[in-house]
Amino acid sequence: MSYAISVNGQIHHVEDDGQTPLLWVLRDTLKLTGTKYGCGVAQCGACTVHVDGTPMRSCTLPLEVASSARITTIESVEGVEAQAIRDAWVARDVPQCGFCQSGQIMSAVALLRTLKTPTDRDIDVAMSGNICRCATYNRIRAAIHDAAAQLGAAR
Amino acid sequence: MTRRRMILGGSLIGGALIVGYTATHPMQVAGAILQGGGSDPEPSAFGPFVRIGSDGWVTVVNKQQEMGQGIHAGIAAMVAEELDADWDRVRVIEARNNFRAYGLQMTAGSNAIASNWDAMRNAGAAARAMFVAAAAHRWNVSRQSIEVRDGVVSHPGSNQSATFADLLEDASRQTPPQSPTLKQPKDYRLIGTDRVHRKDSLAKSTGAVIYTQDIQRPDMLVAMVAHSPRFGGTLARFDASDALKVKDVVDVFAIETGVAVVAKTTFAARRGRDALRIEWNDSEAEMRSTPELIEYYHQIAAGRGDLEPGDFGTKGENPEAPFDGDVVEFAFDFPYLAHAPMETLDCVAQVDGWNVSITSGAHLATLDQVMAAIAARTIPGKVDLEVVPAGGSFGRRGIMSSDYLVECVRLAKRIQGRPIKLIWSREDEMMSGYYRPMSHHRVWVQMGADTFPARWRVHSVCQALTPIGPNFQATEGITNSPYFSTASTVDGKIFSPSFPVVVGFWRSVGASHTAFVMEHIIDQLARRADRDPAAYRRTLYEKAGDTRRIGVLDELCHKADWGSPLQPGWARGLAIAEAFGTVVGQVAEVRLVDGRPIVRRVVAVVDCGIAVAPDQIAAQMESGVGFGLSAALYGAVTLKDGIVQETNFDSHPVLRMNEMPAVETHIIKSIRRPTGMGEPGVPPIAPAVANAMLALTGSPTKSLPFLSGNALGNSDISAQS
Amino acid sequence: MRWRRSRSEPRRGRLRIGRWLFATFAAMIAATLVYTLYPRPVPQTQAIQISQPLPDIERLRTVAEFAAIADLDQRSVALFEEAGRVIQHPRCMNCHPRTDRPTQTDAMRPHRPWVSRGLDGAGEPTLRCSTCHGTTNFESSGVPGNPMWMLAPIEMAWQGKTLGEICRQLLDPARSHMSREELLQHMSEDALVGWAWRPGGGRKPAPGTQAEFGAIIKAWLDTGGKCPA
Repeated sequence: MSYAISVNGQIHHVEDDGQTPLLWVLRDTLKLTGTKYGCGVAQCGACTVHVDGTPMRSCTLPLEVASSARITTIESVEGVEAQAIRDAWVARDVPQCGFCQSGQIMSAVALLRTLKTPTDRDIDVAMSGNICRCATYNRIRAAIHDAAAQLGAAR
Repeated sequence: MTRRRMILGGSLIGGALIVGYTATHPMQVAGAILQGGGSDPEPSAFGPFVRIGSDGWVTVVNKQQEMGQGIHAGIAAMVAEELDADWDRVRVIEARNNFRAYGLQMTAGSNAIASNWDAMRNAGAAARAMFVAAAAHRWNVSRQSIEVRDGVVSHPGSNQSATFADLLEDASRQTPPQSPTLKQPKDYRLIGTDRVHRKDSLAKSTGAVIYTQDIQRPDMLVAMVAHSPRFGGTLARFDASDALKVKDVVDVFAIETGVAVVAKTTFAARRGRDALRIEWNDSEAEMRSTPELIEYYHQIAAGRGDLEPGDFGTKGENPEAPFDGDVVEFAFDFPYLAHAPMETLDCVAQVDGWNVSITSGAHLATLDQVMAAIAARTIPGKVDLEVVPAGGSFGRRGIMSSDYLVECVRLAKRIQGRPIKLIWSREDEMMSGYYRPMSHHRVWVQMGADTFPARWRVHSVCQALTPIGPNFQATEGITNSPYFSTASTVDGKIFSPSFPVVVGFWRSVGASHTAFVMEHIIDQLARRADRDPAAYRRTLYEKAGDTRRIGVLDELCHKADWGSPLQPGWARGLAIAEAFGTVVGQVAEVRLVDGRPIVRRVVAVVDCGIAVAPDQIAAQMESGVGFGLSAALYGAVTLKDGIVQETNFDSHPVLRMNEMPAVETHIIKSIRRPTGMGEPGVPPIAPAVANAMLALTGSPTKSLPFLSGNALGNSDISAQS
Repeated sequence: MRWRRSRSEPRRGRLRIGRWLFATFAAMIAATLVYTLYPRPVPQTQAIQISQPLPDIERLRTVAEFAAIADLDQRSVALFEEAGRVIQHPRCMNCHPRTDRPTQTDAMRPHRPWVSRGLDGAGEPTLRCSTCHGTTNFESSGVPGNPMWMLAPIEMAWQGKTLGEICRQLLDPARSHMSREELLQHMSEDALVGWAWRPGGGRKPAPGTQAEFGAIIKAWLDTGGKCPA
């Protein structure tokens, strides 16, 4: 079947089975490889994208459902929160192997859009769906606090 | 320096000055064998670690694999320090495999900084000397009067200065010095400072870094392979008819390791694989379950097997004589551990007749090259291996059979002339073996009247990691333990059973279990002697003359406020272990909630010689604590009738955000040569937590992981609050 | 002093390791060479008939099977006990936890990863159930789904309770937020409840069918809605 899918502000026409996970449409068909495969069962969060602004795991989102929504991937997540998060990530040297960081950042940006000044507990709640095997968790936590502070100062 | 060194000369190629050092003799011979018939990507440069562009940017060629440990930053810093380059105009690229150019390319044993310490500094210093010579000649002043700082060469006396870019042509015509002068550590401006940042943080925060999984090539096919669910199982027969009906599946065929489904997309390959009907031949396969294996190990350690043990760490006269008097006995069981790097195993390969080109996050590049050549039935020189960053490895990509890479080459050889990307699912990765081996250690200590061990006996059971040799990895960390210092005899026996479950290197290798054995025993002996565990250790270190451990212990007690009261319900646990030449001590602050250890804070002290990149050392300490704690809490791969039961992050939980303790890293100031940091942060955390639990409950831990059954799942407690 | 390498001689030790490494590599390479060059046939595709095992479905007794119990109260209790086979099935219990965290699998272990019910039972604002759970079960990931995917309110916690306690709780509108009519409708028609019989992903469904279950609940209510002790 053919699906019209809105990704990063562009409409793409995709010829594929509606039960194909969005993850593989993004990676193999649209060549947007910033979104990663890590587990395929919604455990690790490496495939997190924004669907109508809400973080979702693209490995468990069928193409036929995704095609009715606006998808944003790591390649073009924008806005003050995204910029603040990226700046903080770089300043803290958060990534190690980096493979999970696309998903971590997508979750963190969504967190800051929902809560302006998240507590440690808020960060635990929002980020516990994202696995990092290098255990960069403390730097992720610190960077989210940094980004929140920077956004607070800018307001 | 025992190895003869030779400058290979600088030359200007494509606007880049290439300076390199390498060792001669056996290395050259090996280079000729390995690269013979192969094309050299940089024809005139035999060891091009440094390139300087006409824009003044310094490019450091990193022959080590970047798998997250931040090695590229340390490598670049060593070059940039001696070159006095502008750190903000230094970039790092990954070297392709080329033995002739770079020597052995193996990123293992946490030795990337240690083994490049001389070569990288010399490469930087030689290049610097060439710029100094060029400037001295141009300005007609003495070399000694010239200064270099942040990529600018200057002569203060005449107020002249020039950038690397300005002097590039002249510098490239200079003869590199035979043995360039290296800086004294006190003069370092970059090494040991927080200015040494990673160069890949931005790219890794935008999704721009290309891992193997992300490789796209025109006309590329994607493959998945169905492997035997049991170790040692082989393919009996298969029916591909349904798989071939799946849209976009191109081909299905058997290879040595299973049944390959080749498709146009990853998901089509996965669907095709799901549609296969396969019968496996389990006549040679491992059919036992984990409880049977544990029992088997216990029987071996008790001497009721026909396995011939090897000796390790044997000391004193007649160590096998029976013990008498006050004898304490310990037994520990450790499980198989999966690596579970975030990026599963994957590889891209293309075979055109004799020529093989591979792209992968390979970290034993030299060995991988040879293995690929054998698989493709060509010569190593025809194998071009492009190394890309790996999404973690923890040892899984560094196994000696290069299993996933060889599998991809076999597929590519069959497909011929088209790039093929092999993707392993998470389940494939977790079920594939090369685990940290399960092990059983039985220890007897005969106590002396002075409350210290008088005699030791250690019987260890652990599969060997390598096909030949003494299986020393299984006991490293026990073999030369400083806790043997008060003992008159040490009787070490290692039993190495052999069966089809494949085992491999897992971050910190033997120390991942042996540190637990020694550190948890010492705490129990200290408690038995009614002594403070830190003071008890200190006495043993003094008797061993182990000044590095004493230094780490003292600093650790100071930084962790060892001995000061904590809130009720909390306790501290301490452990110190050496791995790959680096000594790490950790104190964990732990409480128990329904039997589950909650670790809120870890204070760590490390002696790794000269700290090249302190912030990356801290990062590796945080990483080691998280990785080690994850394994200690949850890590276990178990078999049921030979089939792996933990196949993904739902059945095999790993540490998550809320479970991560705060980690404070303190680095001992040192002027010794640097030692490794990628792995040594892992071993102490499990015994530190077990020792804290011992302090809380009085009950020792006899097996890992700490949690089992329904408790073996992610906590909902915020560890740090 | 064979037992311990002196600390002042690290280089010799390194060399020894180096030699050992070299020998190991050489052995590995030689073994691989022999293994690879040794000819062995690989099978070709062939037709294999694999008989599908029958799905493991538990039957629910029909209302008629309870007619033999003359005493209405006893019959009512027996009917509820039969309904209890569904109510206390992991497919139902997992979303009626006594904490803020659902459980999973037949072992009813805590949900992995850790998630929390939030204010509306559908997750915390920053980690909604819908982050992973879609509107239908998804075969590829095995993740179950339903448009209403959420936890039962904490007042409707079933885990850790006896069937009698669950029964009385169901009949108490203050806790169940349902009249008897609404309760019957919830049990027999609610789509999220119905998921228990179509759980997907290799999960074992609740016994019987939702219609059969609804009929038992109706008969139980019609017989006075008596509870086990």
